Amino acid sequence: MTLTTYIVVAVIKIIVVVFIMLTGVAYTTLLERKVVARIQNRWGPTRVGPFGLLQPLADGVKFILKEDMIPDSVHKGLYILAPMLALAMSLVAIAVIPFGNSITVGGTTTALQITGVAHATGAISDINIGILIILGATSIGVYGVALAGWSSNSKYSLLGSLRASAQMISYELALGLSLVGVLLLAGSLSLRDIVNAQGQNAWFGFVPHWYIFPQCIGFFIYLMAAFAETNRIPFDLPEAETELVAGYHTEYSSMKFAMFFMAEYLNMFTVGSLATLLFFGGWRGPLFGPPLLQSLLPVLWFAIKVFFFIFLYIWIRGTLPRFRYDQLMAFGWKFLLPLALANIVVTSLIVALRA
Amino acid sequence: MIHQILFIIFGVICVAGAVNLLVQRHPINSALSLVVVMGALALIYLLLGAEFVAAIQVIVYAGAIMVLFVFVIMLLNAGEEERSRGSHIALLLGVPGVIALGCLVAWTMLSHNTQLGGVRINTADFGATQPIARLLFRDFLLPFEITSVLILIAIMGAVVLGRRES
Repeated sequence: MTLTTYIVVAVIKIIVVVFIMLTGVAYTTLLERKVVARIQNRWGPTRVGPFGLLQPLADGVKFILKEDMIPDSVHKGLYILAPMLALAMSLVAIAVIPFGNSITVGGTTTALQITGVAHATGAISDINIGILIILGATSIGVYGVALAGWSSNSKYSLLGSLRASAQMISYELALGLSLVGVLLLAGSLSLRDIVNAQGQNAWFGFVPHWYIFPQCIGFFIYLMAAFAETNRIPFDLPEAETELVAGYHTEYSSMKFAMFFMAEYLNMFTVGSLATLLFFGGWRGPLFGPPLLQSLLPVLWFAIKVFFFIFLYIWIRGTLPRFRYDQLMAFGWKFLLPLALANIVVTSLIVALRA
Repeated sequence: MIHQILFIIFGVICVAGAVNLLVQRHPINSALSLVVVMGALALIYLLLGAEFVAAIQVIVYAGAIMVLFVFVIMLLNAGEEERSRGSHIALLLGVPGVIALGCLVAWTMLSHNTQLGGVRINTADFGATQPIARLLFRDFLLPFEITSVLILIAIMGAVVLGRRES
């Protein structure tokens, strides 16, 4: 592949993925409003378009047309930088996620992943530290939240961002440690290798070789930590509206607020995709039909699995109340962290004995 | 060629961040400049082919340690620093000292250029996760473990100092 085709293919992939992701974010907000409304015995949005399907479009237009206010006493540079940082870092995390194996269009084969490459031999590979890049991007994303609260120069924002950053730092530990079990089993940090390692022959002949089965404790810890990491109910204390107005983005309006909003939903996609890749066999599923369908079906399986997680998020939001802050910290440090460490010890012992 | 261009770009960003760290008067701006320095260093590691070290640099330094710095600055609500009028000793000793040090480094680099040699990467998987793990957990296991005990002692010391009041 020449350099020009390489760049053209990469740009096309980036545009397609960003477009699909942002549309996905817009429609996830609609899905969330609809599902939560149904759980609470309401209708949800119904006015704009059939079944309210054009509601995200109306919301988008509203976000763009609203006055973009910058309060007087904010720290201006950081106030503008913070939402950009949050959104940029959640997009960086998306860049390393593989959506499928590979696709051949017009004689050019490419990996279904922004940072994946197809070699001349037909082998597909990606960066061998993919999972670390996701962890790094989420840890830099904390700055977006922390700086937003501090630069707003407002009590509610500052308290919200202090809560948010303390919570994200605490649960990042449990999140990272919960993944170590899977990494030990797969023996690689590359997301593509981890998915391929789950393609081995099925357990007992019919149970797919997904890491959720040997790593069910790891998955439980990951799920809890991921909810906290994305500031969602039952861990949405940074945005607790009864206490803090809206938390760290109280002073933000118009597109700057929308950027935080998009970043939050993109993070939901990222943790959902990571759960799919590490515990549910990624894009693996039954394949049939012509070659083009065979290369696009994995994307469908991947999307269905991620959709399951997004739905779980919404379902839990409609079901559970909010934790108290000391409960949140005690749960993270005194329960999840020791459990994650014990999981690592047991897993590595078994891996070492079987080797 | 492209490596050299990228190295120059990230090197300039790194030095500019470091200078900005000293020039800025607000602690939070200084802390964020340090984050930029860490990020630029990570990209230089990446250019050397040490992708694992680069990722760890971002996660540990930029993502964990500097977040705590920023967190503390936010909690203390530290305001802008006063700029001192500039002492004569700094002017009399500092400026010549910096010039002398710069000259010494430049002279060493230029005159002993051939003896210093370049960075040579021997193996194909240099900087990957497995060789680093092999070094840390097999060849240098004892120093590594002792370092972690040292850090543990520091943490316990901090806890003892923090609890003394009550």
